[in-house]
Amino acid sequence: MGRAHYDEMQAADGEVRAHFRVLAEWLAETPADRVAEKRREADLLFHRVGITFAVYGDEAGAERLIPFDTIPRVIPSSEWEELARGLRQRVAALNRFLHDIYHEQDILKAGVIPAEQVLTNDAYQVAMLGLELTNHVYAHIAGIDLIRHDDGKYYVLEDNLRTPSGVSYMLENRRMMMRLFPELFARQSVRPVEHYSALLLETLRAVAAPQVRDPVVVVLTPGQYNSAYFEHAFLAQQMGVELVEGPDLFVKDGFVHMRTTSGPQRVDVIYRRIDDAFLDPLAFRGDSLLGVPGLLSAYRAGNIALANAVGTGVADDKSTYPYVPDMIRFYLGEEPILHNVPTWQCRRPEECRQVLDQLGELVVKEVQGSGGYGMLVGPAASRAEIDAFRERIRANPANYIAQPTMSLSTCPTFVESGVAPRHVDLRPFVLSGKEIKLVPGGLTRVALKDGSLVVNSSQGGGTKDTWVAD
Amino acid sequence: MLARVADRIFWMSRQMERAENMARVLGVTSNLLLFGSKELQRQNLLAPLTITGTAERFFEHHEQLTLETLIDFLALDAKNPTSILCCLRWARENAHAVRWQITSEMWETLNGTWLEVRAIPRSRVTGAGATQFFDWVKDRSHMFRGVTYGTIVRGEAFNFSRLGTFLERADNTARLLDVKYHVLLPSVHDVGGALDYYQWAALLRSVSAFETYRTPYRDQVFPIKVAQLLLLERRMPRSLAACFDQVKEAMDRISGQSDQAAKRLAYELHARLTHADIDEIFQDGLHEYLTQCLEDIDVLGNRIQRAYLGTV
Repeated sequence: MGRAHYDEMQAADGEVRAHFRVLAEWLAETPADRVAEKRREADLLFHRVGITFAVYGDEAGAERLIPFDTIPRVIPSSEWEELARGLRQRVAALNRFLHDIYHEQDILKAGVIPAEQVLTNDAYQVAMLGLELTNHVYAHIAGIDLIRHDDGKYYVLEDNLRTPSGVSYMLENRRMMMRLFPELFARQSVRPVEHYSALLLETLRAVAAPQVRDPVVVVLTPGQYNSAYFEHAFLAQQMGVELVEGPDLFVKDGFVHMRTTSGPQRVDVIYRRIDDAFLDPLAFRGDSLLGVPGLLSAYRAGNIALANAVGTGVADDKSTYPYVPDMIRFYLGEEPILHNVPTWQCRRPEECRQVLDQLGELVVKEVQGSGGYGMLVGPAASRAEIDAFRERIRANPANYIAQPTMSLSTCPTFVESGVAPRHVDLRPFVLSGKEIKLVPGGLTRVALKDGSLVVNSSQGGGTKDTWVAD
Repeated sequence: MLARVADRIFWMSRQMERAENMARVLGVTSNLLLFGSKELQRQNLLAPLTITGTAERFFEHHEQLTLETLIDFLALDAKNPTSILCCLRWARENAHAVRWQITSEMWETLNGTWLEVRAIPRSRVTGAGATQFFDWVKDRSHMFRGVTYGTIVRGEAFNFSRLGTFLERADNTARLLDVKYHVLLPSVHDVGGALDYYQWAALLRSVSAFETYRTPYRDQVFPIKVAQLLLLERRMPRSLAACFDQVKEAMDRISGQSDQAAKRLAYELHARLTHADIDEIFQDGLHEYLTQCLEDIDVLGNRIQRAYLGTV
């Protein structure tokens, strides 16, 4: 590889970037043992509060802490404003796209995106055809994964429009930093993120049908063994709404109710953190115990609002991803502000051949995969792994896309041997209700292993507080 | 409050109370084995299995009934759902599911208890350390109840926690008395000898009532007085009457209209205990009376489940 990564703190000539100066000074003057002590304190606090996540495939109920790194990642305000504009633009276009493909399908008729690719997509939900949603919004909560390449530019790695998670860590990391190092916040003015829960509740209330005057909002979780259960509970608590599981809800006379100790109570908006396939055993997977029988017909009747809407997966699918810049041009008549990573689609024979030829240099992803599973990082993989993956692609080319190995920028991070650069990405959260809102910041994930580019918490990644500061 | 959340809180408290009662029963059983004939010892060993209705299951897995195998089965057997280990695990699981609706102190108490019991080696429980282990379980249960009482908002979560605790305790006290009744009471009006005294003393100790009994009666054993104390003495916190005072109080505070059948039965049982006469109970048969009590408690549990907790 040998390329120089973009470092968030230091320019190529070694000089500390202006927006990192306060932090660099603080790092230099703070004794190592004090920092180590604070890190232990952070661990203890996270354990006590129970900010843990369950690991798939682990013994039932096994919980781990996501490692928290106490050196924040700083983004200058001016850069953030540009990012925020790009994010608003992108999410607006994605929502227009979702409305379009479930209504007039202009973009398909115009041939901007191949119709069969959208209409035969597993995530495309026929049940959504013609359904009118409040404000025409589908992805009310979007998590957009960004990286900074060695050219210093931000690229969108993927759009998460189904049930993106991680925002609780953004909020808890900030709280932890303010508690551990209040003096840092006195030295540099960091823009707040704490109002996210309030914005989320506002967004969710705006999802309700217009005739509902004081909508009852609930958070629907698959339950305590889900890896993001902590977040579901956290958000419900922050918003002051009930955290429900499928069996807590039932549909009667076309409306959704929750079972309470004093009888049934009407529900108007469900912030659901379970996938489409599990929402309603009568409409989707019949074996789902997580969902609510009859939910979809109540939804279609306009008697319950869901956030996110059903069928958003077709827009964040990795096979749709390459077309997002064209969507922005098509719907908004604007040039995309955020960059897309060049992408080869293995469903196209000639592109598939190119991919197979240079597999060792590429990152290959499953079209539907997430969480870093089902992914090949060519430069980091062994001969055998590459060969095995080659067979998988050959067997089912349409299931894969490939991209050049993007270099993730690095950020100083505490490791065994002291402070060292580690690769990071960034997931800001974009809320779309009556208007599009986001708090200045996001979740910065960090690959704690030297040289690793995999930031997923399920694969040994950690998190950092993210500062938008002047 | 969500029915499911109430259900978890109800069972969280029941399981913790159940663990405590099991510790009490096993503690007494190990004391009782110091005296008496082989046959009496066997009966005493069998009692905890009878109380929990697990005798059949026990003999599927163990050939010999000894104190060691009994404790193995009822204290630390992860496959026996009535073992202390399982009760503590379920109490913790239930708490985990509702940790945002209970206080962090409650969660930490149950989580800490589970982490500790999981790490206790078998050798510390079946040998000389057994008594210490049972005391530890009791301590943790006292602590959980105290922490709950001292930290939780007086609302539905508190009500259902109390309901679970005292319904479970009523059930356990009735079972305990019923089993000892078989062992110890050949004739209602007998005054027992020295050996009986030990047996009854052990029973009284198991519900922390030994001192209370001895103050008026010294070392004379009057089975009818013992029964009176455990059934009808509402100042004795593990008696059935005291438990039903608490059950009724909790039911009074629970809101909602869907629950008339549950409330009716709770108040009925409360009234029956309040106005009971111990002589009458003995005339009609203590065992029959206790059997009825256990059945009623079971029905009440089901009605509560149906009325508030969303499941049957």
